[in-house]
Amino acid sequence: MPPRTSDAIVIGGGLVGAAIAWGLRGQGLETVLLDEGDIAFRASRGNFGLVWVQSKGLGAPWYQRWTRGSAGEWPALAADLGARTGLDLALQQPGGAHLCLSEPEFEDRAARMARMQSEAGNHGFDYRMIRAKELREMLPGLGPSVVGASWTPYDGHVGPLALLQALHRAFTEAGGAYIPDARVTGGTAAPNDFRVETAAGAFAAPRIVLAAGLGNADLAPRFGLDAPVRPQRGQILVTERARTILPMPTTTVRQTGEGTIMLGDSMEEVGFDTRQAPPVMAQIAQRAVLSFPWIAELNIVRAWSALRVMAPDGLPIYDQSDRYPGAFIANCHSGVTLAGAHARLLAPMIVQGSLDPVLAPFSAKRFDVPHAA
Amino acid sequence: MFRTRPDARPATVEVLVEGTPVLVPEGASAAVAVLLAGLSAIREMPVTGSPRGPLCLMGVCFDCLAEIDGVPNRQACMVPVAPGMRIARQRGAREARP
Amino acid sequence: MTDFDVAIIGAGPAGMAAAVEARSRGLSVLVVDENAAPGGQVFRAAEAAAQDPAVGPAIAPGLPLVAAFRGSGATYRPATTLWHLDADEGALSLAAHGRAEDVTASRVILATGAQERPVPIPGWTLPGVMTAGAAQILLKTAGVVPSGAVVLAGQGPLVWLLAVQLARAGVASLVLETRTTSLAAALARAGGGVWAGRRLLAKGLALMAGARRRGVRVVTGIRGPRAEGEGRVQRVAWEGGSAPCDTLLLHEGVIPSTHVSRAIGLEHEWDATQACWRPVADAFGGSSHPRIAVAGDGAGIGGWEAAVAAGRLAALDAARRLGALAEDAFAARTATLLAVRAAALSPRGFLDALYAPPAAVLAPADDVIACRCEEVTAGAVRRAARLGATGPNQLKAYLRCGMGPCQGRLCAPTVAALIAEARGLAPGEVAPLRPRAPYKPVTVGMLAGGAETLQQGGK
Repeated sequence: MPPRTSDAIVIGGGLVGAAIAWGLRGQGLETVLLDEGDIAFRASRGNFGLVWVQSKGLGAPWYQRWTRGSAGEWPALAADLGARTGLDLALQQPGGAHLCLSEPEFEDRAARMARMQSEAGNHGFDYRMIRAKELREMLPGLGPSVVGASWTPYDGHVGPLALLQALHRAFTEAGGAYIPDARVTGGTAAPNDFRVETAAGAFAAPRIVLAAGLGNADLAPRFGLDAPVRPQRGQILVTERARTILPMPTTTVRQTGEGTIMLGDSMEEVGFDTRQAPPVMAQIAQRAVLSFPWIAELNIVRAWSALRVMAPDGLPIYDQSDRYPGAFIANCHSGVTLAGAHARLLAPMIVQGSLDPVLAPFSAKRFDVPHAA
Repeated sequence: MFRTRPDARPATVEVLVEGTPVLVPEGASAAVAVLLAGLSAIREMPVTGSPRGPLCLMGVCFDCLAEIDGVPNRQACMVPVAPGMRIARQRGAREARP
Repeated sequence: MTDFDVAIIGAGPAGMAAAVEARSRGLSVLVVDENAAPGGQVFRAAEAAAQDPAVGPAIAPGLPLVAAFRGSGATYRPATTLWHLDADEGALSLAAHGRAEDVTASRVILATGAQERPVPIPGWTLPGVMTAGAAQILLKTAGVVPSGAVVLAGQGPLVWLLAVQLARAGVASLVLETRTTSLAAALARAGGGVWAGRRLLAKGLALMAGARRRGVRVVTGIRGPRAEGEGRVQRVAWEGGSAPCDTLLLHEGVIPSTHVSRAIGLEHEWDATQACWRPVADAFGGSSHPRIAVAGDGAGIGGWEAAVAAGRLAALDAARRLGALAEDAFAARTATLLAVRAAALSPRGFLDALYAPPAAVLAPADDVIACRCEEVTAGAVRRAARLGATGPNQLKAYLRCGMGPCQGRLCAPTVAALIAEARGLAPGEVAPLRPRAPYKPVTVGMLAGGAETLQQGGK
């Protein structure tokens, strides 16, 4: 059977792939979005939902700028998706706090934020280190262990599952082809001429975008690209719904649009193991109770573990293949925060056929360290 | 719309349902006490506010969530009554209490 | 070194029998059960309800087992929930009275029993609509009965048993039977179970006659039942009829409670005759995980007599695996039990054929609520399936079905059936939701307190 042809193929129906596919479709490209089935390593179903800037890009100011840029694109993205689908993404960007539970944590955080600001140079980086006394006016019922927080105006949060559904729906309703159960089993590459075999048939296009998360590690070499990504497990707890009480998100505690309170999150190097671990869940609960003691009486109604997609330096990877122009790759562990950039900044670059120089530092070539003799 | 059968199981435990004393048999759950008190709805949904009563009484459906002795969102069918127990409707999402 | 040789989840017929048998082989046994007293659902509150003439006759056969269990020397933890099970480590996370506890076991027997099949009909979220099992629980735990106009809608042996029990308690109900399979057709389809079927049939007919004699009114072969009313059920209607109703009791049979077995990732298979998923198990309950056994209705609906045999078989298998029972003794002891179980299971084919649930119960019409917790309609599920949600896990991400407090216990079968229908697949081709811990809600504070215990324990 001849392959189904289109202007672009995006491999990966998670937040990264769906945002890019939606962006490509918005630019008029006939786009096919290939996804796996019901069970997959889906970071996009397991994330925390922050649109988060303040912790991103220490020592890598280009990442800080890219993240800030994405946060800036978010209101337009949410409004567009909301208008097209009727879904409420519950986007709020009131600024956000990173709570510090000890003096050393506070000092470390202050030093980190100062370095971020100095690295930002002329781009600026607004932040405040806030002491507990003032912080108590901003957040209800802080625990006595909280000594202060860093705060930036850029931070916010959104319903990540509503985002996933909205991207899929908007993409499909705009004429995009979302193909589930289409795990890639093979493919061939030539400059601006790509063909992939999947469980759901064959597809061909002059452009291909690899956005398969952890799957990119295996896919990339086929298309003259490199994605040395590894899984990092994160566990999250969610409480029952409560009436709105938290006016802004913090790094590890946020109240969703539905009223549930999400408690995050662990960073575990355990390979492809998505089991839950009660000791880690207990540590998450403990930090939440130290931060907000009143959370202790809330019921946890759900919890899960999922795998982040981590490059060796923790930063995203964006590349176009030198050998096979037209093959692009996008990998990151911040598919929510960066959705604005992926849909509205990255997708147009892919349509034009070249990545903007601002993305040059994200090339996987940064990992090509010459081997010492 | 429910009644005890004193000949089989005398109602000996007094609990308060929405502040009103109700006599229920020992071994009954808080959800049963709500039914004996004549309340059909035990909670209002946090999604649409619609009224709900117990469905399964065996811990599966979670439609009997109630506030028991001041603790919101308890599965009333899994909580045996005790003398003086205070049982109140769960109205929408609970309050978090700093 | 583990805390217990065997941990048993559930103190119903299978769990109690497993505990008694394992103790008699000298194993240390922990039994965890959510309820305050042993018995499971069928013998629920057996000790307290034995003298009640309404339910006493049905409960009497369970009393010796309850007594044997009480005297077995097993560590019995009632009113306790299992909220996480690490099968690889044999680690159980328990919660009771607001406190967390962690224990380990060399072997774990899941005896989680059955739950009633969801009966999503129009209006089933109205207060006053309950399950037939709920009415039995009212009777057994408290001697309480519905008053006013009581209607039983559905099919299955429990409908008739309940009608008789309510009648004995002075409540004359109206039975709306949804059965569409004829007795002859069911007998023909049951094949090998014909003789057992005839025996059961005679018993069933006696039950029905008893119900009618006690004033129970019956309408047979009804279709499209729906609950109607403002703020609560006031009327039940069906194609071509209606009746006033204060309490509507629904029943379309029972299905295995597979919440935990699915959460820990056991292999499951679709049981086409019972229209439900069940964990894959060998003759002794051994599951796809080397540490875990499943026994009783949680491993496939068979009734309490089969469950007792299955519980004992799983316990003997545990004893053999743990070196407490030689192979030849194991073979001798299990032979009788396997025969007992086979005999107990022989009428199932007939019952399953006779009481096959209507298609509209498995996959209801678009305007019916499928997920009660998040108030999601069947139509919304079908639309999401057509958009590309190929299974309940992706659908949960789209629509929140399974994210409410019940975690999909009630909606999972319906959602899977709706997805299958929308995508043109057979029911068994869409696997049900994979639940995660906590299996039942635990407070953040309890979990946080557990962190200290664990840290201290580690030092």
